[in-house]
Amino acid sequence: MWLTRPLRERSTQIFLGVLFAALAIVTFLHVAMPEDSALYVSAYTVTLLGKYLCYALLAVAVDLVWGYLGILSLGHGAFFAIGGYAMGMYLMRQIGDRGTYGDPILPDFMVFLNWQELPWYWLGFDMAWFAFIMVLLAPGLLALVFGFLAFRSRVTGVYLSIITQALTFALMLAFFRNEMGFGGNNGLTDFRDILGFNLRTDATRLGLFIATGIALAIGYVICRGIVTSKLGRVSIACRDAEARARFLGYRVDRVQLFVFVVSAMLAGVAGALYVPQVGIINPSEFSPLFSIEVVVWVALGGRATLYGAVIGAVLVNYAKTVFTGVMPDAWLFALGGLFVLVTVFLPKGIAGLLASRRKGKQDEQDTPTAPSTTEATA
Amino acid sequence: MSIIEELSNRDRVFEFLTPAVSPVDTRHGPILYMEDVNVSFDGFRAINNLNMTIDDGELRCIIGPNGAGKTTMMDIITGKTAPDTGSVWFGSRHNLLTMNEPEIATLGIGRKFQKPTVFEALTVFENLELAMATDKRVIPTLRAAMKAEFRERIGEVLETIGLQDLRNQLAGILSHGQKQWLEIGMLLMQKPRLLLVDEPVAGMTEQEMERTAELLTSLAGKQSVVVVEHDMGFVRSIARKVTVLHQGSVLAEGSMDQVSNDPEVIKVYLGEEA
Amino acid sequence: MLPRLSPPQLAFNRQDIIMSILRSLTLLLIALVSVLSLPASAQEDDPGKALLNNLAEVPASRVEEAINAIVSSGDERARGWLEAYGNNRLSRIDDTGQVVIVLNNRGRDWEIANPLTGENMGEMSRRELDRIAINNRIRGQLEGILAMLDLNATDPDVREASAQDMMGKVDASLVEPLEAQLEREENASVRNRIEEALAIYRVGEGNLEAVDVLAGSLHPRARAALNEAVRSDNPALADKAEQALASIEQKLKLNRAAETLYFGLSLGSVLVLAAIGLAITFGVMGVINMAHGELIMLGAYTTWGMQQLLPGQPGLALIFSIPAGFLVAATAGIIIERSVIQFLKGRPLETLLATFGISLILQQLVRTVISPQNRTVVTPEWMSGSLVINDALSLTLNRLYVLAFALIVFAALMMIMRKTRLGLEVRAVTQNRAMARSMGIRATRVDIMTFALGSGVAGLAGVALSQLTNVGPNLGQNYIIDSFMVVVFGGVGNLWGTLIAGLSLGTINQLLEPWAGAVLAKIIVLVFIILFIQKRPKGLFPQKGRAAEG
Repeated sequence: MWLTRPLRERSTQIFLGVLFAALAIVTFLHVAMPEDSALYVSAYTVTLLGKYLCYALLAVAVDLVWGYLGILSLGHGAFFAIGGYAMGMYLMRQIGDRGTYGDPILPDFMVFLNWQELPWYWLGFDMAWFAFIMVLLAPGLLALVFGFLAFRSRVTGVYLSIITQALTFALMLAFFRNEMGFGGNNGLTDFRDILGFNLRTDATRLGLFIATGIALAIGYVICRGIVTSKLGRVSIACRDAEARARFLGYRVDRVQLFVFVVSAMLAGVAGALYVPQVGIINPSEFSPLFSIEVVVWVALGGRATLYGAVIGAVLVNYAKTVFTGVMPDAWLFALGGLFVLVTVFLPKGIAGLLASRRKGKQDEQDTPTAPSTTEATA
Repeated sequence: MSIIEELSNRDRVFEFLTPAVSPVDTRHGPILYMEDVNVSFDGFRAINNLNMTIDDGELRCIIGPNGAGKTTMMDIITGKTAPDTGSVWFGSRHNLLTMNEPEIATLGIGRKFQKPTVFEALTVFENLELAMATDKRVIPTLRAAMKAEFRERIGEVLETIGLQDLRNQLAGILSHGQKQWLEIGMLLMQKPRLLLVDEPVAGMTEQEMERTAELLTSLAGKQSVVVVEHDMGFVRSIARKVTVLHQGSVLAEGSMDQVSNDPEVIKVYLGEEA
Repeated sequence: MLPRLSPPQLAFNRQDIIMSILRSLTLLLIALVSVLSLPASAQEDDPGKALLNNLAEVPASRVEEAINAIVSSGDERARGWLEAYGNNRLSRIDDTGQVVIVLNNRGRDWEIANPLTGENMGEMSRRELDRIAINNRIRGQLEGILAMLDLNATDPDVREASAQDMMGKVDASLVEPLEAQLEREENASVRNRIEEALAIYRVGEGNLEAVDVLAGSLHPRARAALNEAVRSDNPALADKAEQALASIEQKLKLNRAAETLYFGLSLGSVLVLAAIGLAITFGVMGVINMAHGELIMLGAYTTWGMQQLLPGQPGLALIFSIPAGFLVAATAGIIIERSVIQFLKGRPLETLLATFGISLILQQLVRTVISPQNRTVVTPEWMSGSLVINDALSLTLNRLYVLAFALIVFAALMMIMRKTRLGLEVRAVTQNRAMARSMGIRATRVDIMTFALGSGVAGLAGVALSQLTNVGPNLGQNYIIDSFMVVVFGGVGNLWGTLIAGLSLGTINQLLEPWAGAVLAKIIVLVFIILFIQKRPKGLFPQKGRAAEG
């Protein structure tokens, strides 16, 4: 079974072990330590870590398409944001009549805009199960339509990257419009509770953190399951020699579409878990800058390794937290420098460094997946 | 996991798009039939009223100077290039012009590229695994498990192409000749009815060439083989019937001796060689 | 620049009102100062004195006569007097009977000036001043009368402007003087205006022939008058007015189309400028330079810097900025190519990421070194204002210049590509890098040169953009995605493709804007391109042939 295969694999076991250990330690330090202890982990930090884990899941999703399929998506932030909006709409409906205007159905911003009734696409979002399905379906559907069009026409390489960037840019502009019914500029915020738990309590925050960790674990196993299956090898085949794969009888466009859709859904889940933790979703998540930043997390961690994406996302975002606290002006210099350094000096990322270290001791027996630069010509 | 299942349903919806894999019908004639095919790129006529038939089980060599349209012809057969006019039939049932590359490949036409093209980031074994004739749709591929019979089949081919010792090496580290062999091995895994082989012996040693010649001749009869090659010695060693292409159309056809005595051919092509 | 009377404000608040009062005051002061230059000796027998006294003394029923007397006197100071009169600022000193202009009527003591000489007479208690009364009817007419005054100005532009002001304000009292004016007037366009102004009045009076005069006019007031006439009780008039309106509407449509086209071409020319450098580098090296927008920004900042170096000479600075902007951006481009891009040969996606990093650094550099705020780049006088084609169509000059500049840059690039050795080598490398190299073309040198050229053109785009938008650290970002779209739409390695793609995308955007709004128009264009790429993955003008097939 493709999904259980990764569980028998050493690298996945290590990854899951480290992840669950981290979850357990943070939980323990948060719950069991007295607040004045040096080891105490505050609720703020727990949420911050939860945010990193969301980013890590997003990075894994990006690595799945970039690392194994060669599709550099500069628009994965769009799927993340759409998942986030789906969750935000649910949280918005949960506010009920506790909003500033006290309308039992309409969110505050709609009352403010003098809307009389809920737009049709908001219907059903008061039900958690519906919203959670939409978290998967909405980004998945967008990826399906977009990917179907793009891959069928064999739009690849730089062109595809640019088009994905245009996609998220167009969506950003669209979501900025008040008429869209997603709160325009301000987005959705002022959330109260999720599944009946108050979002402002420490317990809920811890719960969300753990849920994110589990989601990351599941997402990782799904991706690992795909890349270690025959489909994963076909993906690599499509990445390195598209024409050859086609002449072997593989529908390259279908392979790309399937993996792209799965990746978009994972990004959507990441976004959905992100929103209740940061307490807001607005169109800035669609900004092309964010999407391309995600790519550099993956690049830093190491392309086509999955665990590298997690390392990269956590490292860069931790650095960002530190930098923006200490010297905010320097952050963009650091980020810009990171883009250049990683691409020029560290093309295989941190994971590549680790692997070459390990290789010194023993021969690599993992599936080597270094992206090759040769292209098929016929 | 229900979502993944749903996606698999999506594939099933599109199932009618994939052709029903029916045996190619060659009871009433040739396996490949090309008639009045024309292709031009920006006014340059790459293929000019090309007519050709390949019989079932035949081994055919195609020669011709550079720019004669050999590669373009293969592109047309495999669905990479759509001709401006003309018709191309596989057996008497399948119109190749209405199919895309994967469909044609699934139907049983294998192709080896001029420049050896293998998946360099995968091992030799995995390269052959991907080429194996199985259900190549997305979800079955995701679920595919390595069965003993597959392993056996790959083992056989590995032996045929002489790469048993390198089975777990990355294809990227193979020599040029070994890559040629691997690609031929991938064709064998596909079990095609028709093999199109573009310059199979480029970069091979004398011995390797002999073995390739042996292999290709042994295939003929069970499968049809079309070989495009520049190396005259090699062509002479395997050819039964030779087609000479010139400026996009057939200049001469016949046995190697007939062709090499054809005054037209001597003029445009062999004249320079001899 | 001279302060000008503020146009009517839409939203009044206290500040606005104070501001406009202040402005009128300065205007008045300036008028007075200019009057000061008159010889002050002849004060006693100044005919103006009698005219003013007359205005102050006549009963309300004869005020019109007094005003007409002032107007027909041809006195250059008449405008100042009448304006003051209209603003309740003409007063008489109780004791001496002298007529004065009140400069400031706040508080108890008012500042006054002599209307004849303009000399400031200091402050005087408001109790000692007697305001010369004006009723609303007269006040209403004053505007027209003041315009009449300007109709006698020597500058035909002033005459035309005042005739235009008069449209819709003509009343019975003005008809006669206007007709007389028409007799005297020789300038055709001024005559035209006066005729139209009269016709508007006459249409209101039910005159059928006047409708014909208005049928040729595109002025909004002419249309307003005709609209009025359509609702009149006279069926013949209503009918005729309706026909006239229809023909005007037709003309307006044409003009609106022309205007949209102009805006479209203008936007398009900006896109072409921004994208063409990108098209060159992308075409030759196959890399997307994400820092291209920041090179544009550098060009714009060069213009700003040049204007700081040459204060008071915005025009000269702008002209110097053209070579300077090119050089600055080209140098930056060479540095980027040598320090990063050359190490990423054959890895287009990595190049894309690295150049994006560079773009972040450049942006932040500008924020740190110069300022995060937008800088103002002055538009030289010869580039401001607009070219008035007719009442419904005027073309802003700065956009016209940018359009011309874009075409010149395009033509120059075409020349470089077609006629120079570099161009030949660039085309060779674009089509087949390996072959070009084997023919002895030093591809590395070509890379550097093309990158410098493409970057330099980005700098030129920045110089041009500084005349149209704010110059700030985000300037480049706003154009980069649009530039990509142009390149993708036009097809790689084809300058004509870029030109046509840029101009057509600009025009499409402008065509959509009226009914979709600016943001939605942009979204529609993006979606259109995304769909277009499905149909033609290699753009409008793809490279064809065997080399491109692989």
